[in-house]
Amino acid sequence: MTSVDATTMPGPADAAGPALTVEHMEVTYRVRGRDRLALRDVSFRIGRNESYGLVGESGSGKSTVALALTRYLPRNGRVSAGSIRINGQDPLAMGTAALRGLRARTVSMVYQEPGRALNPSIRVGRQIAEVYEIAGLDRHSALERSEAMLRKVQISDPGRVMERYPHQLSGGMAQRAVIAMALAAEPSLLILDEPTTALDATVEAEVLDLVAALRAEFDTSVLFISHNLAVIAKMCDRVGVLYAGELVEEGIAREVFDQPRHPYTVGLLRCIPRRGQRKDHGRLDTIPGFLPQPGHSLTGCVFAPRCPIAEDRCRAAAPPAFVISPTRSSRCYLHEQASDLPRNTPADAALPARREAAVPVVRLRSLSKTFDSRGETLRALVGVNLTLEQGETLGLVGESGSGKTTLARALLGLVTPDEGSAVELDDQPLAADARHRPRQQLKALQIVFQNPDSALNRRHTVRYLISRPLTRLAGLSGARLRERLSDLVRSVRLEERHLALRPSQLSGGLKQRVAIARAFAGGPRIVVCDEPTSALDVSVQAAILNLLVDLQAKEQVTYLFISHDLGLVRYLSDRIAVLYLGRVMELGPAETVFAAPHHPYTEALLSAVPSLDGLRTERIRLTGEIPSAASPPSGCVFHTRCPRRLPTGICESDEPPLLEVAPGHLMSCHIPIDDLRTLQGDGGVP
Amino acid sequence: MIDSTAAAPGAAIAVVRAPRGELTTWRLILRRPTFIAGALILAFWIICALFGNTIAPDNPLAQQLLATNNAPSHAHLFGTDQLGRDVLSRVIVGARSILTITPLATLIGVVVGTALGLVMGYLGGVVDIVVGRVVEAVLALPLVIVALLFVVALGPSAPVIIVVIGFIFAPLIARTVRSAVLVESQLDYLSSARLLGEKPAHIMFVEILPNVLPAVLVELTVRLGYAIFTVATLSFLGYGVQPPTPDWGADIAANYVVLGAGYWWETLFPALAIASLVIGVNLVTDSIEQVLAS
Amino acid sequence: MTTYLLRRLGLAVITLWILSMIVFFAGQVLPGDPGRAVLGPLAAQSAVQALDHQLGVDRPLLTQYASWIGGLLHGNMGTSYTFRTPVEPFISAALVNSAKLGGLAFVVVVPLSIIGGVIAALNVGRLPDRVISVTGLSAATVPEFVSGIVVIVIFGVELKWFPVSASAGTGASALSQLDHLILPAIPLVFVLFGYIARMARAGTIEALESDYARTATLKGLKRSVVIRRHILRNSLLPTITVIATQTGYLIGGLVVVETLFNYQGIGLLIFHAAQDKDFPMLEAGVLTIGVVYMVATLIADLLYTLLNPRLRLGGTG
Repeated sequence: MTSVDATTMPGPADAAGPALTVEHMEVTYRVRGRDRLALRDVSFRIGRNESYGLVGESGSGKSTVALALTRYLPRNGRVSAGSIRINGQDPLAMGTAALRGLRARTVSMVYQEPGRALNPSIRVGRQIAEVYEIAGLDRHSALERSEAMLRKVQISDPGRVMERYPHQLSGGMAQRAVIAMALAAEPSLLILDEPTTALDATVEAEVLDLVAALRAEFDTSVLFISHNLAVIAKMCDRVGVLYAGELVEEGIAREVFDQPRHPYTVGLLRCIPRRGQRKDHGRLDTIPGFLPQPGHSLTGCVFAPRCPIAEDRCRAAAPPAFVISPTRSSRCYLHEQASDLPRNTPADAALPARREAAVPVVRLRSLSKTFDSRGETLRALVGVNLTLEQGETLGLVGESGSGKTTLARALLGLVTPDEGSAVELDDQPLAADARHRPRQQLKALQIVFQNPDSALNRRHTVRYLISRPLTRLAGLSGARLRERLSDLVRSVRLEERHLALRPSQLSGGLKQRVAIARAFAGGPRIVVCDEPTSALDVSVQAAILNLLVDLQAKEQVTYLFISHDLGLVRYLSDRIAVLYLGRVMELGPAETVFAAPHHPYTEALLSAVPSLDGLRTERIRLTGEIPSAASPPSGCVFHTRCPRRLPTGICESDEPPLLEVAPGHLMSCHIPIDDLRTLQGDGGVP
Repeated sequence: MIDSTAAAPGAAIAVVRAPRGELTTWRLILRRPTFIAGALILAFWIICALFGNTIAPDNPLAQQLLATNNAPSHAHLFGTDQLGRDVLSRVIVGARSILTITPLATLIGVVVGTALGLVMGYLGGVVDIVVGRVVEAVLALPLVIVALLFVVALGPSAPVIIVVIGFIFAPLIARTVRSAVLVESQLDYLSSARLLGEKPAHIMFVEILPNVLPAVLVELTVRLGYAIFTVATLSFLGYGVQPPTPDWGADIAANYVVLGAGYWWETLFPALAIASLVIGVNLVTDSIEQVLAS
Repeated sequence: MTTYLLRRLGLAVITLWILSMIVFFAGQVLPGDPGRAVLGPLAAQSAVQALDHQLGVDRPLLTQYASWIGGLLHGNMGTSYTFRTPVEPFISAALVNSAKLGGLAFVVVVPLSIIGGVIAALNVGRLPDRVISVTGLSAATVPEFVSGIVVIVIFGVELKWFPVSASAGTGASALSQLDHLILPAIPLVFVLFGYIARMARAGTIEALESDYARTATLKGLKRSVVIRRHILRNSLLPTITVIATQTGYLIGGLVVVETLFNYQGIGLLIFHAAQDKDFPMLEAGVLTIGVVYMVATLIADLLYTLLNPRLRLGGTG
């Protein structure tokens, strides 16, 4: 167990020197007159044509790495120690002209929100052509090359897109344009910072495949920054794990994810449901404690406060990067015991006692919702028939335009459905507008929103936020209210001292607990969870999900769980409904939907989502973009992208009805279930 | 509490900070030099307004017809005007009229305007459309001219001026509040309130209002500046406070005819008084805006 | 886009109508008896009634309003109480004069304040920014008659660089007219500078902090190119709207400045009409100002829509 600097580690075999070398880099920010370390002793290397992933949660400093490399730190930040070499050149020592040259020819960046990365007042073609013009081409040639580049990023009809303005492009197309712009300079290093986080799953898969293909063609090295471990596993050869500004583990991606050697990595991987894990198999593990504040005291290992196997020496002196193998290093004295890390959360889970008879508590009949905006009619929901059974978790899956949020809002009465729609609770029709529903009905249906910053009134105290529903819905007051308040606080694992605080003084996870407490305050029977963990870090997600499962067991509630994360949906849900353009494509028990035979769209969705476990299934490529809800395709709305479209033309002309193809399993597809079984094999995600 | 610390482009770092409570915001404002400077100026004039008659060296109304148009001297630090009245005393006591009228007018405008803005923004509908048109119409005319129109019609007196300015401000403030309310209505906490069966009045005043208060505060200080501007102008035009009450605008109007004769002090000092008051208010506004923007 | 403009025009018409009602209400309803106002408290009641009848103010309100509006639509602005002659010639002559003064102020202030605002934004937090911001703020809020007097005293009386009167006399050359208009334009420039510079500054700062500015810089473009090609066209767009709304302040300032410099513009006309309680003149003048302002904002909206690709073209393609 020699402790050696990462820099003396032989890098991967490279011909002309590594594309990027970072050695002992330290980045400091000056905040209110004091220095705060954002990155400490970060060293890594990216070889020629290699793809390196940098993974970390919020506050890890991963974006700061990208900013430092291109010398684009904000005014109060600086690289206070260490060195950077890109293609052998030192960006920190360069003058302005040389730096411009570096940015123009050697390094390119792609960021998260493509629509905002492009200038809204300049045509797309011009913006790409600018890159060629900097390289010395004249206007005409630059535009020609730009169009060719757009074709390379698989934009059909590049001529038209050249003339467009950014707001006229969809998210996927805009990101392709940005990638075109980035690769136009044929850089040695391409930095991608959460490039697909804002995109739908199927679009994301396309863009990632594109990046992989172009990387090979242009012989570019890639630095891929993301919080999404699965995406990194798919895209990267090697990976570095960042925690609180330090690189705690590094190695070949597959090895790191299969056999992590740092307690943080171990903990992080355990937070994510893997290999088809479901709630029946046990709770997700969590990482205790909170992310440290930047500028924290620097003695000892940065992860020690949260580490279950931390020893005194861990707290006394920060561990160096131990070289475990030529391709692996870990900043942990106890890296050999890391994989045996004891669990933080007991694995056994109390599952809700399911009623034997499936008693529908909620029935949605012919639920339709049409929006009229600027003269366009958007059919967000079309004739949806769905039931929610007592005590179950129904997972709602779909990409943008699927109507899943509209469905939830219509159920709650936040949006008025079209004429002819019916929403029933215990066979009693509910008023379309929540304002007209009596207290009993309001009590029964509650929601946990995605973004707690938006969902909690930032001017109210936590006490008020949780007490209000106790007053309004449960009709409590005085001592009984205080009692129930304490109960609620305990059950969501908050503390009494949090009651006096305002949401802005709490972390994301704590805020979401407040939101959950509020939802459960009135004693609801159905709780809609609309992407409840999407805005949270991975290590926090697990705790919230466990909480939701526990509460369901304790309070016997029914969940409508909406998420774009198929892994989470699979973990939590008993039944799953797949939506596309406002229609139900498939409905059935979770395992049945996830395994073949299933709807071609479900199949495509599942194959689009990158798997952390490296289990590669046949990629079903979906062509084209998701159609707009304003002009849905004829017949089966999925036919424009369906790879299994029937040659008879029936998919274009007739909309398939939602039929029961097996007990409890419904599908809306013209292809007979037996044919699907043959076509799809017995694949599906294990 | 994630806080973006940098002022320059690409502020990507998310710095988790110590909680920032209510008090700290006020303390931040109070510490800014611009706020302190502005507040000192305001405090000075407020003291003059309250205790003017005690502080002033002479009686501002006392005419000394043998000592008219005297240049500043030991006896009269700011000189005397055309009627031999001590300019310094008139400047000191002159603070009263403008500091009575403008805060009251602004307050009326803010209270009415905020209520209106909440209703327009949250309830929308017919009220929103109708009041919106009225606001546009009022906006089409400069404040001074509208005020002039109404004050001429109703006769210049302090109550008239207060009410006229207050009610002209109300739709303007309503517009700003309405915009702030519309921003809030995108947020989910309003949906949560609806799911609790909260009534519109509760939602507007208990849920939304606390969140638009910063905007209201900024409006308050900005409008105060405009009010001072307008009232001084009205006085200059002869439609503000009537003589012989000391008033800066009116005094300037009365005495600028003799500027050509070289009697500059009679107009300059009241002019500087107006300028300083306006600048004081604006320093305060600026500092509040700066703190709330960060 | 045409639907948007038509709707905008429709709304403008409604606003104008409401404006006319406000003006009418203030002019006809509030002051009480016009006959009494003109003839004074000592005149005989019969004389007052006769005057009232002659002026047509003893008719029902709605009739008065209808005939006033009807007259306006035919170009008849009414008859002045004071001069007993039609109002239009006064209004048109005054409008021309004010246009000259306002035009000069505009031509000077718009480029000055845009440049000032952009420079301030490019130096956020540093000295040039603080100076420009505070100067702008103070200048904007000191009333025109205050700065006007200071300007008269310093440049007109003491230094004698410019003539103190704004009127060059009939038949004067353009240059001479310009010379006379410089001093009165200065207070107007002061007031407008603050608002426009502030908007230009805010817009430029927002553009500087945007993602697309980052993209442009990281492409390797020179800073000057980034500013010129990427930043300015986005930052100045909202400034256009502000410039239009500034006509409101400009006109308001005209009342004071024209009074101070005794310049026969529409501001002075309105002021005299107010002093004389000549309500037809007053109403016509105020309504004219309202129309001018609304035309200015309409043009600004049009320009903004044309220049903003998001509004000019449709949505996702």
